[in-house]
Amino acid sequence: MRKSFQIKLRNIFSYIILISLSIIFIFPLYWLVSSALKPDEQLFVFPPILIPHPVKWENYIKAVNYFPFFRYLLNTLIICGMNVLGVILSCSLVAYSFSRIKWPGRDLFFFLMLSTIMLPYQVTMIPLFVIFQRIGWINTFKPLIIGSFFAPAYYTFLLRQFFLTIPFELSEAAKVDGGSELFIYRSIILPLSKPALATVGLFTFIGNWNDFLGPLIYLHDESKYTLAIGLQSFLTEHGAEWALLMAASSLTVFPIIVLFFLTQRTFIQGITLTGIKG
Amino acid sequence: MMQGRRKMRIKKYSKLELVNLRNGVLFALPFFIGFICFTMYPVISSLYYSFCKYTIVSTPHWIGLKNYIKLFTEDELFGISLYNSLYYAIFTIPLTIAAAIISALLLNIPIKGQPIFRTIFYLPSITPVVASSILWVWILNPQYGILNAFLEKLGINGPGWLADPKWSKPALILMSLWGIGGGIIIFLAALQDVPQELYESAELDGANWWNKLWAITIPSISPAILFTLIMGMIGTLQFFAPIYVMTNGGPVNSTTMYAFYLYRNAFVYLDMGYASSMAWILFVIVLLGTILMFKSSSKWVYYRGER
Repeated sequence: MRKSFQIKLRNIFSYIILISLSIIFIFPLYWLVSSALKPDEQLFVFPPILIPHPVKWENYIKAVNYFPFFRYLLNTLIICGMNVLGVILSCSLVAYSFSRIKWPGRDLFFFLMLSTIMLPYQVTMIPLFVIFQRIGWINTFKPLIIGSFFAPAYYTFLLRQFFLTIPFELSEAAKVDGGSELFIYRSIILPLSKPALATVGLFTFIGNWNDFLGPLIYLHDESKYTLAIGLQSFLTEHGAEWALLMAASSLTVFPIIVLFFLTQRTFIQGITLTGIKG
Repeated sequence: MMQGRRKMRIKKYSKLELVNLRNGVLFALPFFIGFICFTMYPVISSLYYSFCKYTIVSTPHWIGLKNYIKLFTEDELFGISLYNSLYYAIFTIPLTIAAAIISALLLNIPIKGQPIFRTIFYLPSITPVVASSILWVWILNPQYGILNAFLEKLGINGPGWLADPKWSKPALILMSLWGIGGGIIIFLAALQDVPQELYESAELDGANWWNKLWAITIPSISPAILFTLIMGMIGTLQFFAPIYVMTNGGPVNSTTMYAFYLYRNAFVYLDMGYASSMAWILFVIVLLGTILMFKSSSKWVYYRGER
């Protein structure tokens, strides 16, 4: 009896804290959309108006006309898509080698790969820029994509951890039947790893959608801009028009939020995948 | 002689091992090529550039330690940027870790609506950084911002935030606290692995939740804390986009952080050599920090199954 009362009390207390924290977490996003829908004169008042009235949907149309949103969206999607492809191909191959094949020196190289996670981007940024400039890759998407085809360490690590959980008997049985490593990789490991591959693909997509420094360094021509730097240049050009700025900003947020809701199950699987175990 | 020795080594492996070695290396080929081209080569060139005068248009020209000497003796902004970054890191890392642990504990309580709460806590962390930076400039606006309006309601006269050199860094720290979703996920995952029997036996011994938190929960998730500490250090020292979008390093250089100043040296002043020496100093700091954390971890990180 006392125990159930205690649990009830705990739940009520938890609800109060969770709801207030949720309001704090969600409010800035609400404020983004709400400010985007306000007529200008309602933005610069004190105290601020919480609910826009009348709702100015035109702000969105104006924002889209102010900058080539769809061009930037397409560029961003191309870069994100190519990175996802590269990561899934290369990371799964390397993760397979680091988890399912026993070869001398493997663990040493695995450790070497892990240690590159610590390497700050700034260290490799300059020499890579010099090379890409020399071979004429500035103002192309190539420098922003190529790295993903060579097994980025963190994603390879995540996939390796997942591959280790797949029973080794499956590989053994296939080998007895004369299956090659490539066959096992393609017909056993990859199909069983769909959730892990989806998670890694999703993280790659979001990471590239958010990337700022890379496109800032490599893309100088406006027609090549991604949403991230397109939005930044929108800010420098129309810095004082807050309603339009908020409309443009929210346009770069919506696709990610939609993607998040569409793939929520993958995200939840990702939670267990990113679990850091000793 | 060399060949003889190689033959000897090869003899030690059986045929199966040789096949495995070939397959293993072939499968890991993307890593080997990538490691040589995108890690080893740039790391070595960057070290070489750091000892050179190199303004992209000309060829690198060896000047010895001059870049490093200039950084430590003449360049005031280098010291300022390092201070700003350390200030930001020292406050942001513990605050975000503590907030993420507390949130994860709350989100781990089995109550109705748990998935909705988890989604809400997570959403800010996937908000694209340029959009969230612009949004926070608006929220933090000293005159019309919603934050100061809220503080006014509480009877507090809000500071100038990004316009005030004293408050600009706390403003950025506050914004970082909004995006702790990634950390929450890591701690939520770690909490799933805490053995429930420990809580039950502790309850039998009359432990309250506070005792259980410090004696069971925190030690059990300590590997995740170590991980977030290291990733937090690497992340905060490379903090860049929000500064570029929100403050451009100002006011009076109060937000000129390390990675931002490095970017400027490289891509605005085109002094690649100088920027490379800054990059290597950053690398050494990260390396020392990581070693220090790993060394100290034997004292406070508990791995299950050990001892």
